Amino acid sequence: MGDERKIRILVAKPGLDGHDRGAKVIASAFRDAGFEVVYTGLHQTPEMIVSAAIQEDVDVVAMSVLSGAHMTLFPRVKALLDELGADHILLTGGGIIPEDDVAELELEGIGRLFGPGTSTSDAIAYVKEWFSTTDEA
Amino acid sequence: MKSKRPVPEHQVLLQGFLEGSVLGLARAISVVENERDGFQDLLHTVMTSGPQTKRVGFTGPPGAGKSSIVAAVATAYRGLEEHLGIVAVDPTSPYSGGALLGDRIRMNDIATDPGIFIRSMATRGSLGGLATSTKEVVDLMDSFGFDRVLVETVGVGQTELEVTAAADTVVVVLVPESGDAIQAMKAGLMEVADIFVVNKADRPGAPRLVKELRQALHLRAGRELRDIPAHHGVDLGKAMKRERMSDASEQEVEGWAVPVLTTNALTGEGVDKLLETIEAHRRWLVESGELGELRRARSGIRIRDVVDREMRRIAWNSERVNGLLTQGVEEISSGRGTPYSAADNILRALLQDRA
Repeated sequence: MGDERKIRILVAKPGLDGHDRGAKVIASAFRDAGFEVVYTGLHQTPEMIVSAAIQEDVDVVAMSVLSGAHMTLFPRVKALLDELGADHILLTGGGIIPEDDVAELELEGIGRLFGPGTSTSDAIAYVKEWFSTTDEA
Repeated sequence: MKSKRPVPEHQVLLQGFLEGSVLGLARAISVVENERDGFQDLLHTVMTSGPQTKRVGFTGPPGAGKSSIVAAVATAYRGLEEHLGIVAVDPTSPYSGGALLGDRIRMNDIATDPGIFIRSMATRGSLGGLATSTKEVVDLMDSFGFDRVLVETVGVGQTELEVTAAADTVVVVLVPESGDAIQAMKAGLMEVADIFVVNKADRPGAPRLVKELRQALHLRAGRELRDIPAHHGVDLGKAMKRERMSDASEQEVEGWAVPVLTTNALTGEGVDKLLETIEAHRRWLVESGELGELRRARSGIRIRDVVDREMRRIAWNSERVNGLLTQGVEEISSGRGTPYSAADNILRALLQDRA
């Protein structure tokens, strides 16, 4: 029916971390890629992120974590999403995250995590690819 | 509506919606927003009880503080135990088709309140200040059972006045930097406003804007001449009054005089007064019978919208019509036809099909 469905994505900046440049860069890159990007600003708690993700019915939550708290934040958001029946949402993100941690988080069901120097087009391609294999409603 | 069966997945969704699940509402909105198969049936099913909720629209130029006002107002309504739905519209880029929906940034304080549901929408090419399906989403929220739905438009320029079709009460938010009252008059904001709010009222220029707005509003209402003594033997006040009375309805209730309020959304100053005024407007709507009129007018618009959209869908999804379109293009390029003859063929074919 008409145009392809828009990808809706929440770009979230959790925790006590004021460095939102990366989040803003990726948010505008997603927008330029034709996504509908919900951006909620700084200092979000996992509860705020999950509540927004559900109300906005996004396909993807992309978190930017530069604070070193990724091993807490990603699993917490993932757990809340699952708990509230929103396990269809892809949780991905980026930040300064050591490779070992990336591997561990992937085992816990978190999507790809992008490190410094990633080209925005890689992230866009990843989300589009994921979306094309899962689109339902 | 009898010809189409609801899509099975929508049954599950509908169940969730009717049970009051937030997830159900969120997904129902997506189905409507994306015009998925069967979305009309979904709306038809949930909308049968008619409009119940109070709808308040917030519009104004970009940066006036609409989101902050909405957040402040929402907080105040939560203090009164009201359940709220909020729809916030931001523009879609005509170049990429993408959108940055940032209204939630100003609403962080209410983000996890279970009594508030916030949904951001992108305009997706619609030019009226709302998204194509905002009115339907408000209907969904209405059916879901919110006490009140707040609708925030995109930052408007001079022509985006569709909010009147979605709200019972329209609050126009301006700031001293919005320019003088002439700008508001030009933009048609004078005609849509039920309440004016000059936000960021601590800034220079606020008192001047308030004064100008009040003057402009009096001019519009014809009140300016009421208090002017007879001049050259003609009592203009009386003359105007008589004229106004003749086209007024038989209602006894006085008209609504658009108030101009001041707020500072960040400190919360003036928000209580705004709430009171919204309530006063509500009472006026009910007592004057205007609410019924408004809802009737809105129903008319909604029916037209649905018919327009269905006609387009029926036309351009039809192979026959698309064949006639191609044929028409050929006829025009070979000098045997015009867009009008081609359109005539298409309309005939459509009417035949439907007869």
